[in-house]
Amino acid sequence: VNERRDLADEPAEGGTLAGEPVEEVALTPAARMAAYVRGGGVIVPVLTAVLAFLLGGVAVLLVGKDPISTYEAIWRGTGLQWIFPWTTGEDRELAALNLQQTLIITTPLILTGLAVAFAFRAGLFNIGGQGQYIVGSIAAVWVGSELAGMPGFLHIVLAMVAACLAGAVWAGIAGGLKATVGANEVVSTIMLNYTAIFIGLYLFGLGGPLQNDREATLPVSNDVVESARLPVFWGDPILQGLHIGLFIALVAVVVFWFLLNRSTTGYEVRAVGLNPEAARYSGMSVSKNYVLVMAVCGLFAGLAGALDVLGWQFRIATNDIEVNQLGFIGIAVALLGRNTASGTVAAALLFGALLSGTSQRNLDPTVFEPELAANLTFILQGLVVLLVSADVLVLRLLRRGRGIFFRGPRKRSPAAEEASP
Amino acid sequence: VSAATMAATRAGVSATPVGWVGVALAVLAWFITLPPILLRTPLPSILLAAAAVGAGVIAAQGGQRKLGYGAVVAGVLAAILAVVSTQSGEANLERVFVWSALIAAMLRFATPLVFAAMGGMLCERSGVINIGLEGMMLMGAFFGIFAADEFGSWFLGALVGMGAGGVLAVVHAVFSIALRADQVVSGFAVNFLALGITGYVFIAHYGDQGTPGDVPRVPELSLPLIEDLDFFGTAIGSASVLTWVALLLVPLLALYLFRTASGLRLRSVGEKPRAADSVGVPVIRTRYLAVIASGLLAGLGGVYLSVGLVGSFTENMTDGRGFIALAAVIFGSWRPGGALAAALLFGFSSAVAQRLPAFSESLAVLFQALPYVLVLIVLAGLIGRSRPPAAIGVPYVKE
Repeated sequence: VNERRDLADEPAEGGTLAGEPVEEVALTPAARMAAYVRGGGVIVPVLTAVLAFLLGGVAVLLVGKDPISTYEAIWRGTGLQWIFPWTTGEDRELAALNLQQTLIITTPLILTGLAVAFAFRAGLFNIGGQGQYIVGSIAAVWVGSELAGMPGFLHIVLAMVAACLAGAVWAGIAGGLKATVGANEVVSTIMLNYTAIFIGLYLFGLGGPLQNDREATLPVSNDVVESARLPVFWGDPILQGLHIGLFIALVAVVVFWFLLNRSTTGYEVRAVGLNPEAARYSGMSVSKNYVLVMAVCGLFAGLAGALDVLGWQFRIATNDIEVNQLGFIGIAVALLGRNTASGTVAAALLFGALLSGTSQRNLDPTVFEPELAANLTFILQGLVVLLVSADVLVLRLLRRGRGIFFRGPRKRSPAAEEASP
Repeated sequence: VSAATMAATRAGVSATPVGWVGVALAVLAWFITLPPILLRTPLPSILLAAAAVGAGVIAAQGGQRKLGYGAVVAGVLAAILAVVSTQSGEANLERVFVWSALIAAMLRFATPLVFAAMGGMLCERSGVINIGLEGMMLMGAFFGIFAADEFGSWFLGALVGMGAGGVLAVVHAVFSIALRADQVVSGFAVNFLALGITGYVFIAHYGDQGTPGDVPRVPELSLPLIEDLDFFGTAIGSASVLTWVALLLVPLLALYLFRTASGLRLRSVGEKPRAADSVGVPVIRTRYLAVIASGLLAGLGGVYLSVGLVGSFTENMTDGRGFIALAAVIFGSWRPGGALAAALLFGFSSAVAQRLPAFSESLAVLFQALPYVLVLIVLAGLIGRSRPPAAIGVPYVKE
């Protein structure tokens, strides 16, 4: 056995030695994020978004287009002008159609955002929203199409519960690996994403076991039966009106808030997130919390998949599985929303509007090509996440802005501090 | 089994060779059911696989937990694969398992992974997590072919592609080192940026046409004598220049990391930055250089994909290879040789998946999930054994 382990070829075991001064850097992403949350107010996220949009405008300029008219066209594509009373007549009808699309996209984004935010609060980074969303949608489409003949309401509930369970189990694998063997959840959730993608491609691809019974040449699933579809409450169901899934997502937001801020579980989750060691010494089971937190995250993301399938897609094509980015955008949503309930809703609306405003269907191609705009959306998301990630940058800006904010080290414990986001 | 363990210990057999024997037995168990041997009954394979599992357990109890666990997993997997093989038609097996072609394809698929994994390993050894490898590869893939097209030279394309990966790495470095952003979040953001930037410039410049068909490609380099051999000629007789560079890079990096002072400093920065700082190692500068080097290497991996392998660019063409490379780093315990082995394993499974459609279209799709599941299984078996650099993910603040 090699005795010279100090800096031999294998990385050393364990982190800091006992008695050594601990570096003054927060240990978990959640603890670092906490500083950002304490940064308070909506000013910072709004500034972040504005800055990202300004930089995006430069990208528009670079291809020789007018940023102002481009953003105006995207804005028209979102349909958000519907809320203004002075939008009337035909404009109003078109805006209503566009706004329905925006809110349809916002619905799953709220949930995938919650799936990331909940993990963040527990000090975990859930990159697996995509995989959890996919297994959720697979479960929902299976229940929704195979179990025909059930009473409608019961059928919908069953499909959603199945999707939630599938998502929870999928994410729970990552949580379990983290809890038992300390496997990094970032790596395991990425692996689970790809595994879910290929399972989906296998199931619904040509020759796959769940491929459409009637159309043998299409790589799609069976259709969700009429009675298991979510009712449309705004607009024409034929023109893809807005389904009631939006309200289900908003209920999930309330559940998220309550779970995190008004329950013992939530207190433990936040304590583990800020300092796992301290939580362990005060008698909380850190590993149990990891599994639980990931399962709850998967539940949210799985529900997102169910709402899309039962609300407007009604079937899954293999192509949808390959191009779906909702799980990833959820990360940008959670970060911009500072991992809070209300922030997540606002950020989901922003990104939902951006996605629908730049879509082929809503963006006027004479002003700006939708293909370019779709990539512009990715750039904007990257910029938002990048700017949000630099808490030092944000704190520096804040300190300069209001000198009263940071007056020496805080005396209260971070956990108590965190209790009021 | 414990009696066997005791016997083995008494006989003075150390756990490491036993573990490797287990792995070898597992490979043999599957191999005998494939061409050219093509055994049509699973029994010998199952016996061999059982022996592999036994050897794995002995090795694990003898202290080599990771290797032993690997042998157990390999044994179980080999038994399953052997049963599947014996159930399949001989003609199909002979069509899929053409070993020389499989090895050549394995090298092709592994090359981009090797570049990115070597970069990722340098970066992580210095204490910075690099989720952004995927984006850096994508930057290399697009700007490599863009420059190769503009300048009419694959070599200039490769340089520009590396540079593009490096530029993205600078962004990641500034945010994760200087601004002390969460490294995973920053790396993730960089991926989104790369996806957007490459897609944006690609559509703005090439439109619906896509990259032209006459872009100069990375040339092949043939080995003079081996080329004429029957089996080895097809397998390793001729490969892309960049494949040879990648294979050469691995021992060079191993030498650098473990046999030079600079490599030692790099590792010390990733393990104990405070201690390294106190003896005068510039922590921040070392980390910057490591992150940028990872961007250059990942960029070159991307260049190989577009300018070498495919000869064109499509949006998001790296398709998760950066993440696979990251997995290869972890799979290989942050060592060059280990990461190479992992990249070859992933490359091999891609090569098999590529040939499987002749056999069964839908099964081929499912087979592509295998590398990812393997990583999960390996993660599950690490049981705290294979540790990342101690200071990974923690921003360094100078006192």
